[in-house]
Amino acid sequence: MGAILEMKGITKRFTGVVALKNVNLEVQTGEIHAICGENGAGKSTLMKVLSGVHPHGTYEGAIHFEGRELEFDSIRDSEEQGIIIIHQELALVPLMSIAENIFLGNEQATAGVINSETTHRRTVELLKKVGLNESPEELITNLGVGKQQLIEIAKALSKKVKLLILDEPTASLNENDSQALLDLLLEFKAQGMTMIMISHKLNEIARVADSVTVIRDGSTVQTMDCRDAPINEDVIIRHMVGREMADRYPPHEPDIGETIFEVKDWTVFHEQHADRKFIKGISFHVRQGEILGIAGLMGSGRTELAMSLFGRSYGRNISGKVLMRGKEIDVSTVQKAISHGIAYVTEDRKGYGLVLENEIKHNISLANLPGVASHGVINDGKEFSIAQEYQKKINIRCPDVFQLVSNLSGGNQQKVVLSKWLFAGPDVLILDEPTRGIDVGAKYEIYCLIAQLAKEGKCIIMISSEMPELLGMTDRLYVMNEGAFVAEMDTSEASQEKIMRAIVKSGKN
Amino acid sequence: MNSSTDTAVQGGERISAATFIKKNLREYGMLISLAVIMAFFQYMTDGTLMQPLNLTNLLLQNSYIVIMALAMLMVIVAGHIDLSVGSVAGFIGGLAAVLMVQYNWHYVPATIVCLIAGALIGGLQGYFVAFHHIPAFIVTLGGMLVFRGLALWLLGGQSVGPFPQEFQLLSSGFIPDPFGSESFRLTSLLLGGIVAFAFFYMSLRERASKVRYGAAAEPLSFLIVKNTIFTVMILYFTYLLASYKGLPNVMVIMFVLMMAFDFITNRTTIGRRIYALGGNEKAARLSGIKTDRLSFYTFVNMGVLAALAGLVFAARLNTATPKGGVGFELDVIAACFIGGASATGGVGKVIGAVIGAFVMGVMNNGMSILGIGIDWQQVIKGVVLVAAVFVDVYNKNK
Repeated sequence: MGAILEMKGITKRFTGVVALKNVNLEVQTGEIHAICGENGAGKSTLMKVLSGVHPHGTYEGAIHFEGRELEFDSIRDSEEQGIIIIHQELALVPLMSIAENIFLGNEQATAGVINSETTHRRTVELLKKVGLNESPEELITNLGVGKQQLIEIAKALSKKVKLLILDEPTASLNENDSQALLDLLLEFKAQGMTMIMISHKLNEIARVADSVTVIRDGSTVQTMDCRDAPINEDVIIRHMVGREMADRYPPHEPDIGETIFEVKDWTVFHEQHADRKFIKGISFHVRQGEILGIAGLMGSGRTELAMSLFGRSYGRNISGKVLMRGKEIDVSTVQKAISHGIAYVTEDRKGYGLVLENEIKHNISLANLPGVASHGVINDGKEFSIAQEYQKKINIRCPDVFQLVSNLSGGNQQKVVLSKWLFAGPDVLILDEPTRGIDVGAKYEIYCLIAQLAKEGKCIIMISSEMPELLGMTDRLYVMNEGAFVAEMDTSEASQEKIMRAIVKSGKN
Repeated sequence: MNSSTDTAVQGGERISAATFIKKNLREYGMLISLAVIMAFFQYMTDGTLMQPLNLTNLLLQNSYIVIMALAMLMVIVAGHIDLSVGSVAGFIGGLAAVLMVQYNWHYVPATIVCLIAGALIGGLQGYFVAFHHIPAFIVTLGGMLVFRGLALWLLGGQSVGPFPQEFQLLSSGFIPDPFGSESFRLTSLLLGGIVAFAFFYMSLRERASKVRYGAAAEPLSFLIVKNTIFTVMILYFTYLLASYKGLPNVMVIMFVLMMAFDFITNRTTIGRRIYALGGNEKAARLSGIKTDRLSFYTFVNMGVLAALAGLVFAARLNTATPKGGVGFELDVIAACFIGGASATGGVGKVIGAVIGAFVMGVMNNGMSILGIGIDWQQVIKGVVLVAAVFVDVYNKNK
């Protein structure tokens, strides 16, 4: 059997950032091809190029599918060719029925009038194929996540699928549902379907994949065949993380003091599914001047942990204790958390961190307006000079602080968010993915700032999916997986392999 | 440009008047359109528009719309809407009539009770919007029906009036005139002059302080030209008003409220927080802002000003009718959007809403003088609303 898909020399640039560099991918007919790599390595971008989300012309390189070179302008084009992608975030309409969801955008209709009989009959057939025994009239919202994932697959099967792409299909599934899904994929393969599966979970890859391509920093590292010899996890891990680490981080001499901030037995339930325990009794502490790292994959609950600590901004039925300098403090609202000296720099700066259509100076003063006002009246001069002070200190590149934040680059926007929180005068600074989507130069500046803050005696909690960044910056590390801390290590003794192993091991149980 | 500004702000901040106008076109564009519309009708009506009597009427006719637009702007900036204001104004007008005419209350306690009732009504609607996250569109659509119904019930389907003499002065009275004569109200002109020069002085002072702390300020030449035009316009308008009966009482109220709301939105922490709430509620909440409470207050404020507008309107007609205030909400909301407020919240200026209200007002007045029927008046107003917002959005996306 030959290759069904060949992607040759794919290069994709976003403004200022090269997301993919000359990537080559070859998928054989009838195989399950796994793609793995760290967060941000470029896996999703590659799949977006393949499925036409990034249309032809916005990237370089060529896509050959079934021996012909194809140019897609939209998802519709790629779907017509039989390339169907199932995204990590489920794209179902909760209050519509199974049948309506499966044929959404592809309604079984003649002249615009939906034929409910055909819809029903075909839905029943499709549900049988994915092993579901639900009524086609059942609403999506009444199904569990595992079944919803199967509906997504049924939806894909409703189109004439030749190549099925699954982006982390088991990310939100429990162990049983994951196993069932993997079995289903093997069944499809037996029927001759070709699949690409993006996954972090090496045990799953080992179970179903015929070959594995590792992507790192926007380039393909290697494609390995694992039909003959069982796959060696160590090799994959090394390929995933292996890179030079020379001077990408500023020198940081830790001067660590007493324990300042302490969390005991912190438990949080999921915001939507009240019966799902999301953070499972986490305890940790940070000392003065320490940079503490929290490693883990996306969806491991790091952001939810941070946001639940910061004024219960996430979750429900929260229990546990928070101590500051040995005394229990109340962090039940954001105001109280701020007044106790906690600051949280969000991972989603546009959604949660900034008021984009406001001026830089207004954003900087937002979390500490009383600091620039007396009796509720804002002192414009003071606000301006404080904003300008931070502009200089943190090197926000902008013509002046009257600019709208929406006009700044990602790196400079992040500096505005940092300025906002520094102006609030915190003792404990929680940084959630502080360098996401930021170019290398600005990254270095932010690292320097973090090191400087630690030197000033602040406690830094750094959440990151980039392991090199954690290894380069932190003093101590916790590894988080599925809502719990699964390992603690001094950074001097840590390595990317060790962290990965902790995650992979805990996932196996 | 001043040398201290040049050293303080690097990066080619030497702004010329032309580039400054271009940068701030959005802000001045509104004022210019109002001037153009006024000039157009002044020409078409052979000067009737700007006759002292008509100008006075124009102000009186629009006072209640302007008053409500001030509060509506805050509601819209916070990301909500209030459809009930017309009904609330009608209901409060009815309440005032019942208290003063049927129960013979003194006008002072009656006014106070009416304003408190407005606050309670706003608070009630705000409670559902802010603390239970029911869309404001739905809550206030309900309020629109409820208070229209209550107005009908309260007045028993009849018009109630007339009001006591003193209460009528709220809308039909003019400021006392110790210095002038019957033919020319010198006090009014003097007041206008004082206000005009106060504006001039304040804008110079503001610029000086900007220069002092090193912010990029508008070019001095531009500032002087702009303020001179502005001063001449104020003096000319007060001169026109002074040659009729002077400044109407309600104009003084309107002016004071306008200044107060401009100050609140631009200079206070509350104002800043409302813009942040409308601009990005999640970011505002994560910055420690009590977003729910803030939304609630904008509705309380809306209720009070809707009540005030209801009193002004009732006093002007000297009677409360069950139909009082019908359709006001549309004029008020249109004024805010014509004035540059964003329907998604976070953007909008008090002065813009006031100008928007006068754009609508001048068009109403001018078209009536021209004898254009109510049918085409509505068509034209609708087209102007959509066109104004289209131009605004188009310029922003360009």
